[in-house]
Amino acid sequence: MAFESLSEKFQSIFKKMKKEDKLTEANMTAAIKEIRIALLEADVNYKVVKAFTEDVKEKALGQDVLLKVNPSEMLIKICHDELVELLGADNTAINYAKGGPTVIMMVGLQGSGKTTTTGKIALLHKNKLNKKVLVAGLDVYRPAAIDQLGQIAEQVGVDFFQMGTDVDPVIIAEKAKEKAVAEHYDLLILDTAGRLQIDEKLMDELKNINKKVHPEEVLLLVDAMAGQDAVNVANVFNADLRLTGVVMSKLDGDAKGGAALSIKYLTGLPIKFAGVGEKMEALDIFYPDRMADRILGMGDIVSLVEKAQEVVDQKTAEREANKMMKGDFTLEDMLKQMKMIKKMGSISSIAKMIPGMPNITDEQQAKAEKELKIFEAIINSMTPYERRHPEILKYSQKNRIAKGCGLTNADINRVIRRFEQSKETMKQLNRYQKSGKFPNGGGFPGGK
Amino acid sequence: MGLFAFLKKKFSGKKEEKTEKYEKAMAKSRAAFADKLEALSKRYSSVNEEYFEELEQILIEADVGVSLTIKLVEDLLNKSDEENIKEPEKINELLIDEMFVSYVEGGASIINEIKFVDEGPTVLLVEGVNGVGKTTSIAKLAHRYIKQGKKVMLVAGDTFRAGASEQLTIWANRLNCPIVVGKPGGDPAAVCFDGARYAKQNNIDLMIVDTAGRLQNKANLMAELAKMRRVIEKEIPGAPHETFLIIDATTGQNGVEQAKAFKEVSNLTGIVITKMDGTSKGGIILSIRDELGVPVRFIGLGEKMDDLEEFDLDQYLHGLLLGESNG
Repeated sequence: MAFESLSEKFQSIFKKMKKEDKLTEANMTAAIKEIRIALLEADVNYKVVKAFTEDVKEKALGQDVLLKVNPSEMLIKICHDELVELLGADNTAINYAKGGPTVIMMVGLQGSGKTTTTGKIALLHKNKLNKKVLVAGLDVYRPAAIDQLGQIAEQVGVDFFQMGTDVDPVIIAEKAKEKAVAEHYDLLILDTAGRLQIDEKLMDELKNINKKVHPEEVLLLVDAMAGQDAVNVANVFNADLRLTGVVMSKLDGDAKGGAALSIKYLTGLPIKFAGVGEKMEALDIFYPDRMADRILGMGDIVSLVEKAQEVVDQKTAEREANKMMKGDFTLEDMLKQMKMIKKMGSISSIAKMIPGMPNITDEQQAKAEKELKIFEAIINSMTPYERRHPEILKYSQKNRIAKGCGLTNADINRVIRRFEQSKETMKQLNRYQKSGKFPNGGGFPGGK
Repeated sequence: MGLFAFLKKKFSGKKEEKTEKYEKAMAKSRAAFADKLEALSKRYSSVNEEYFEELEQILIEADVGVSLTIKLVEDLLNKSDEENIKEPEKINELLIDEMFVSYVEGGASIINEIKFVDEGPTVLLVEGVNGVGKTTSIAKLAHRYIKQGKKVMLVAGDTFRAGASEQLTIWANRLNCPIVVGKPGGDPAAVCFDGARYAKQNNIDLMIVDTAGRLQNKANLMAELAKMRRVIEKEIPGAPHETFLIIDATTGQNGVEQAKAFKEVSNLTGIVITKMDGTSKGGIILSIRDELGVPVRFIGLGEKMDDLEEFDLDQYLHGLLLGESNG
């Protein structure tokens, strides 16, 4: 332990000497190059790589470099987090119709996996969500495409609608929807023919289907192996059909799938599902962190930096706990705590889902937030010395602070009173712990 | 001799008779590459760092491999510095020489057409990952050789995917050629066995075997291909005589991995690039040749039976690099 902290000290001196305790334009160059190549090799579109690495550079500039890692490693971690953030989306759930059947239209290039994925989505809804599902074969061009869908429908046990190959797909779509409405289906999936985005005639056909049946979801299938051109495909389909999401297929292969990043970056479309095998069950939700690992690689570096980060977080926590226990608790510490609690307030929605957890009402949360604002305003209007020693505050000083933050002396007194209460609680806790009476005494980091 | 000179000489005064479709598809490649190069050289009077950056972009966006691109551009940068070459046109010519001269040298010896054996049926095995267009390519190849007067049969070796056998059967009916089909979910090697027997008994000239799409990282499925080969070989010594890997032109860097993995389990004799009628870049053609030396034999340009063309490397490079106006 002692050796460790000594070596840390050396490292930090070394970093300071090389001026590498912060990320700079110069010390990022090598890592940016490495990241660029990794992204390009993952088939991320050239223009997206350029814009994305610029974003990362801008974001990283001036950030602290953790002990035990070098600037390159730090940057790679920042890049990874950026990727996760970028690939993620809130709206990945299927947008179900309010009344009547929900219609999903599957579109994409030839061989991207529309028919297989239609079967997978049908199975998911039938088994996991208990929905009544109808799938319709609109691919009148590829020989036996409708046969293929029929076999898949039988395999997953959902109903199948077709009108052969001599009928206009627009009419098949309309008839399928009529049937879905009349027979109270929950979900209708339209399996369209594969087409190139430059094939105007076939793109018009899709536009017509779109206009006639108004699908809730228009999902573009994107092959994980797709190259640089994937963004053009997505852009044209999106412009013509207003896509609602993307499904990545063949992610069980060893292609990196950089198209996912390109498309998300340029269109903002959420990636709703991931195809991970040929079996009908092989449909997964999309995990942004896994995709980020896959596209960027360098997972070992990312976890190295994560470890270093954990150590830092733990050390900060230990230091703060020690400080509180000793009664060295200042107004600044209290503000920090309140901010942390506020952060947790945003997860009140999650808390609601845990059985037995008291609900935090919106009202309560609003009140807490208001209080925090008052606290912050008052503390910010104090001098650093006053923040650490609020007991010295006299009437004239309080007046000055009140003016500074636009509040009253009474508000300031209230804050100080609460602070004294908290401080007293801390001291009590400390006494309990020392006397061994505190039930969880051993668990406090400061007690060791 | 530089490549430009070579190509100009080879194609001088020669009006190529190519179908409209081929010209159209190739025109797209040109737009993606030759035109971009030319447009770039016109925007700069002398090369600088930005010029090389844009050059890099053109190459990568054509799905030319990343490492190859970076190496090429760095070499050019050095050469430009050392020999004080600043004219954009000169730099582009250097790039093209560097990139393609090895292809042209090897290009002459390639025979696109299937090599038929003197005795007994010639067997062509068709492989590839899922959704690249194997079945459609088989139909096109069958059509090509039926037109040439060969007795062609199909073997529906994809017993796995729903509708695969039906798809091939529809093509067989349209082409009016025999087909051997197995049980759904059955052993594809057994279908190969039946197919080979049929081919021998019926004096078939060309037996084309379809296989299920498989991602190259699935070891057991790759092993299945080896088994199919063994069974065919047992019935028809020396077969399969030709093994084609089908690759989708829109594939990115993974295309090379596919070719490597399939080459390991099969003796690949050729590659067919499909969907070249898209906004094709076809940079993949060069990457694959560069790393594996397996020639591209045909390219697919659409969904109809006739939409298959022999791949002529010199012609392709000529179109790619010189464009129509310079030809």
